[in-house]
Amino acid sequence: MESSMDKRLKKRYAADRRFRIYGLSAVAISLLFLSLLFISIIGKGYTAFQQTSVLLDVYIDPEMLDPEGTGDRALLSSADFGALIKQAMRKAFPEVTARRDKRALYRLLSSGAEFELRNQVLAHPEQIGTERSIWVPADGSVDMLMKGAISRDTAESDRPLKDKQLVWIDALSSQNRLKKKFNTTFFTAGDSRDPELAGIWGALVGSILTLFVTLLLSFPIGVAAALYLEQFAPRNRWTDLIEVNINNLAAVPSIVFGLLGLAVFINFFGFPRSAPLVGGLVLSLMTLPTIIIAGRAALKSVSPSIYEAALGVGASPMQAVMHHVLPMAMPGIMTGTIIGMARALGETAPLLMIGMVAFIVDIPGSILDSSTVLPVQIFLWADSPERGFMERTSAAIMVLLLFLIIMNASAVILRKHFERHR
Amino acid sequence: MTLTLFFFLILLSLIAYFLGRKRALDLAEGDIRTLHSLPQHYGFYVAICSALPALLVLGLWTIFETSVITRLLISELPEALRRLEAGRLNLVINDVKNIAAGIIVSEDADLLSAAKRYHSLQSMSHATLAFVSLTLALVFGSLALYFMQKKQRAREHVETIIKGLLFICSCIAILSTVGIVLSVVFESIRFFKLVPVSDFLFGLKWSPQTAIRSDQVGGSGAFGAVPLFVGTLLISLIAMFVAVPVGLMSAIYLSEYASRSFRAIAKPLLEILAGIPTVVYGFFAAIVVAPFIRDTGELFGAEVASESALAAGLVMGIMIIPFVSSISDDIINAVPQSLRDGSYGLGATKSETIQRVVLPAALPGIVSGILLAVSRAVGETMIVVMAAGLSANLTFNPFETVTTVTVQIVTLLTGDQEFDSAKTLAAFALGLLLFAVTLVLNVIALYIVRTYREQYE
Repeated sequence: MESSMDKRLKKRYAADRRFRIYGLSAVAISLLFLSLLFISIIGKGYTAFQQTSVLLDVYIDPEMLDPEGTGDRALLSSADFGALIKQAMRKAFPEVTARRDKRALYRLLSSGAEFELRNQVLAHPEQIGTERSIWVPADGSVDMLMKGAISRDTAESDRPLKDKQLVWIDALSSQNRLKKKFNTTFFTAGDSRDPELAGIWGALVGSILTLFVTLLLSFPIGVAAALYLEQFAPRNRWTDLIEVNINNLAAVPSIVFGLLGLAVFINFFGFPRSAPLVGGLVLSLMTLPTIIIAGRAALKSVSPSIYEAALGVGASPMQAVMHHVLPMAMPGIMTGTIIGMARALGETAPLLMIGMVAFIVDIPGSILDSSTVLPVQIFLWADSPERGFMERTSAAIMVLLLFLIIMNASAVILRKHFERHR
Repeated sequence: MTLTLFFFLILLSLIAYFLGRKRALDLAEGDIRTLHSLPQHYGFYVAICSALPALLVLGLWTIFETSVITRLLISELPEALRRLEAGRLNLVINDVKNIAAGIIVSEDADLLSAAKRYHSLQSMSHATLAFVSLTLALVFGSLALYFMQKKQRAREHVETIIKGLLFICSCIAILSTVGIVLSVVFESIRFFKLVPVSDFLFGLKWSPQTAIRSDQVGGSGAFGAVPLFVGTLLISLIAMFVAVPVGLMSAIYLSEYASRSFRAIAKPLLEILAGIPTVVYGFFAAIVVAPFIRDTGELFGAEVASESALAAGLVMGIMIIPFVSSISDDIINAVPQSLRDGSYGLGATKSETIQRVVLPAALPGIVSGILLAVSRAVGETMIVVMAAGLSANLTFNPFETVTTVTVQIVTLLTGDQEFDSAKTLAAFALGLLLFAVTLVLNVIALYIVRTYREQYE
């Protein structure tokens, strides 16, 4: 016989177990989302690290490049290499004669093919007059077909590649002239309208320059502010105001900082648009609160006995702080700085406001050049309709996440290392 | 140019340091106990005297140089050019600068002479700057060196100056708040001169894109922001429906139930979600979640927009989960163990203790954490820019496309823009509103946290 109390107890225990399961499933749901995110990004992006190339036998015709044989580099670099590529394609498919067919044939190759050839000839001028086999990038649509992103079963009119082109592609691949190779372009090129020529190097350099400015400004100012507030500030209204301000700034939406950058740095001070300098200024204003808060926590965690002992042997307060407290707090401050930098690296919205969304092909050379940054590049590519940009977006995200993981991991390691040595 | 000057000044101050130190040692005549401070303090003192005024001038000069030269240039332009409206004038000035830099070529005599003038103004400014800052460095450095005395309180002077610098650095936070407020308020005032405040706050129609030609009748578009508020609210609400239960339950599980080893693995994994850039979430929402929701909707015969509010809100919720969970975790851990022990002593089960003792005690903190999360959801930009739409529909249906305040700020300010049009100014008015709302949410949240903290300390 079960008493009513036993029944109630059972019910209560069941409720307890249910509650526990709810909690566990909440954690599971979060982790499920996390893995879903990673799986879908990696699943979509890993193909971008390979790129389809075509092996082409090109006769490097001296008549077309350098008829007088002067060897002049300026003349060479402005020569019509596209014609050589077309000639080679015609030779590979002598049966193609109709004008429209020829054009369709040329479209199998990327417009970057001639640059590839030009670079090779400029590097080895002695090859002029010989026939060479070189790998040139295939067009983005060919690349997509090879990776299975374009299906042969769709109707011809819905396909970027027509039936004739498919026949040529099959011919090339049966001769082993079509191959997927490691995509170096992706890591060395700037942005491009053609997915097969687009790379992240320009955006990466822009990110590095921007972060450099950010670090240069926010680290010294942040540490100085933390030192003042934690060690020297008198308790009065002004310092209270500063503190409230810092806490509020940490929670201001990032896009508002972008408005500040647009109105103050660009419109008022006349700094150049799209430049890493302005991006770095805006990001350092955003990162400052993080560094100050982390710095204050680190300074607070240094035992006051250190400070007092320094005073006891005759140091001034400034000496005690600079020679003893600050060095001991440095690992904590560095951890906070790295985390702040990682956040700045992933920030997009404020940089859209200050014009870092422009389409920029060149690799930026200084903090005053127009440039873009990695997250903005991701945003731009995500907007592109071409199929080839989707995998490149995912691949760029993988690179960005890799950098973030490295930064955060180094912050964790730094913290662990110094905790042990305390 | 500026950079070279900067390094030159630094080099000068380095030399000043060694000269100052040497002079202090000379003054001491071998017995440094007769000095008030250590020799390097005298060195620092001389170095600061030489570098500080010069660097100050250099900094201010660099900041104001461009705008001053531009203004001078405009005042000397021919009458016809000067009369142009602000936007056109800017273009002309840009052309002049590009000509001066040799980026573009022009045949226009006016522009060429202006470019020449610009060039000469610029080189004059550079020469003056170099002369002034170097003179300042040399004069102040040598004065400090010349008047150095044994009993001079060099260390105290140096420390006072350093303290002053630290103080100035700490004021940057206030400066940036002031900068934010000024930049959005000024442009907003100009906007509200064009569009009345009441139209903006209570208008039901938002279509700034209609302003194609300025001479069009009614070409100023409609700036009723209510659809944006509703869209922002809808997406934030969806995000909260995801983030609050999941985040709170995860925090409860991790802090009350989980074993130490499980917690050590799960907690950092959750924090990874917080470290992922929002642009990645935006891509995820647009490429994975939105099509999935649309296809699922079609399966059940429902009409779902491909840029539905649901997709953006859902992903935003995922982004906010770690935010809610880490704040709740901290607060739940701050509830004193004695409360739990008292509850167990009365025979309550663990879940009863959590629901009836721990959560009520932690409630103010959790509420403030949720308010902070709401403020983050309201200000979140990239997810909605990439996954929510542009059309300002006034609807509460999560399957339809809505737009938000942040999306509109981005669309109004990127791409071709003429400054001073109602369209661009509207972005600043929206920014002001966004800043004000998030500020209020933060202040309330911080206030609740502060009063709550005092309760158990």
